[in-house]
Order: sequence, then structure tokens, then C-alpha cells
Amino acid sequence: MPAAGVVMIIAVLLIVLAVVYYLVSTIVALQRITNALDEAITGVVGIIEKSAPVEAVVTDINANLDAGVDLLEGLLVKKAGLSDAMGLVDGLYPGAAAEGLRNVPESKTVKAPRISEVYTKGTLTLARLGREAPIAAASPKGPALRNPAYGSTAARALYPEIRQGRPGSMPRSPIIGTDSPVQYVPSESPGLRKRMPVPAGASAATTPDQEQPEGGVVKSGLAFLRRLTKDD
Amino acid sequence: MTLEWIGDAVLLLVILPVVVYLLRGVLNAANDIVPSAQQIASAAAAGSRDLDATALLLTTQDQVQKTIVLAADYGGSLDVILDDAR
Repeated sequence: MPAAGVVMIIAVLLIVLAVVYYLVSTIVALQRITNALDEAITGVVGIIEKSAPVEAVVTDINANLDAGVDLLEGLLVKKAGLSDAMGLVDGLYPGAAAEGLRNVPESKTVKAPRISEVYTKGTLTLARLGREAPIAAASPKGPALRNPAYGSTAARALYPEIRQGRPGSMPRSPIIGTDSPVQYVPSESPGLRKRMPVPAGASAATTPDQEQPEGGVVKSGLAFLRRLTKDD
Repeated sequence: MTLEWIGDAVLLLVILPVVVYLLRGVLNAANDIVPSAQQIASAAAAGSRDLDATALLLTTQDQVQKTIVLAADYGGSLDVILDDAR
């Protein structure tokens, strides 16, 4: 065989070897790519399956929350009035009044009263009276209103004197019912009673002052009612 | 004879380098894709794991419904017992 033929065979063999080497390497790389893409597809399918019901669920949650917001905003405005409602909102969440209520566009322009300042003062007072309140022992603006560990009567200072200081002077709790000894006159204005209850069998002509025990609480209450009636 | 040597030279000096160059380019491109595909697979798996908590949305949905119902009940009661603002 001539030398040129041998060289040609060697050259062809080299070319074939190069082709085989690179093609096998490429095949291996493509197999790794295929495996990785299989994993990616598995993950993407998982994402699709898990996120499929999300839209419906979130839409339902949003609808319920919208209804709740509408309900609470409407109730707040209905009961407190727009101005006080915005003051309350701003007291709880400073700056929130500027955003206004969602269903009440005019709430953005309402001048909100500073309700939070009133509530803060009362809250501090109650906190200083609290038995376990931390600031009862060291109030931020003064000494504790009572001994936080043992005191229990200081809270009475918050209420009218007679009820807390001399509870024995208060009339007993009424007995209610159709056969109760004291029959109460139905009142169209709760809180204001034109005439004090009359014990069953007592004379209607008896003045209310004579029916009461010696304690001055009821008398003072009747005097207050009389003054109120005269003012009206 | 001379033509045979010329053919040998062409095979060794032209065709073989060209074949090697082209196949090497293909291999390099395939190797470059591998890490990208693996990163995609990792990201998809992580995303799928993150969405495991979506089942809790059903609990959230149920709780929200109950909360709104309770709020509506309280609101209805408050509407009855409290006077409206003047």
C-alpha cells in the first residue's frame, strides 16, 4: 500500500474519532439537559396544580373582607356620625383619616375631632389604677393612684360618692314581675322616670319622698329630676 | 500520487480542523445550557415547595367567612342597641 493511502486512512480515522468524541459528549450534555428539564417540568406542573384554586379562594376572601369593611364602615358612620367616626379612625390609626372611608367619599374632607387625646387621658387613668398594670407602679406622668399590689378602694374615687362610699344608703335591688311589691310605671324615656315606683297597696297620693327610706340618695335623685323637669 | 498527497493534506489540514471546530461549538453550546436547565429545575422545585402553603388558604377562607358572619351578628346587635348618630 502506498504511503499516501496509509496517511489518508489515518486522516479519515482521526476525523471519525473527532466526530465520535464530540458527538458523544454532546449527547451526554443533551441528556443532562433533558433530565434537568424533566425536573423543571415536574416543578412547574406542581406550581400549576397548587396555584389553580388560589384565584377562586382569594377572590372569595376578598369578597368577604369587602363585605366586612362595608359593614363596619357603615355601622361606624351610622352610629358615631361621619365626623366622630373619622376622629375615632384617626385616633386608632394616626393618619388614616386622610385616606377616608372607602364607601364614604366625603370622609376625606371631614375635619376629624381629636378623639384619641380624650381616650388617651382616660386610658392612662385607668391604667394607673390597674392592679397588674405596669405603669401603676411608675406612672409616666405621676405617682400611682393607689398601691398596685394591695390597694383596691382607689378605683371607687372614679364613681359617685354614695354608691361606692356608702352602699348601704342605696335602695335595694328591685323585685321585678307582675306580682312584685313595687310596680314600676313604664317609661317612654329610659333613664328619666317621672314618678318613682309605688309599692303595691300604697296610696297613690303619697308623695314619692315619703316612700323612700331615710337615705338621702333617692331624695337627691328626685330633687334632681324635679330640677330637670323645671329646666325643660 | 501527487493528488493523493494533496487529498491527505486537505483532510488533515482543512477538513479535520473544520469538523473539530464545528463539533466543539455544538458541545460548548450544549454544556452551557446544562447549568441553566438545572437552575430552572431548582427554581421550579423551590416554587412548588413554596406553594405547599396554599392549602392553608382554604382554612383562611373558612376563618374569614366565620369572622365576617360574627362581625355581622355583632353589627346587627349594635345596630339595635345603639342609637344612630344625629
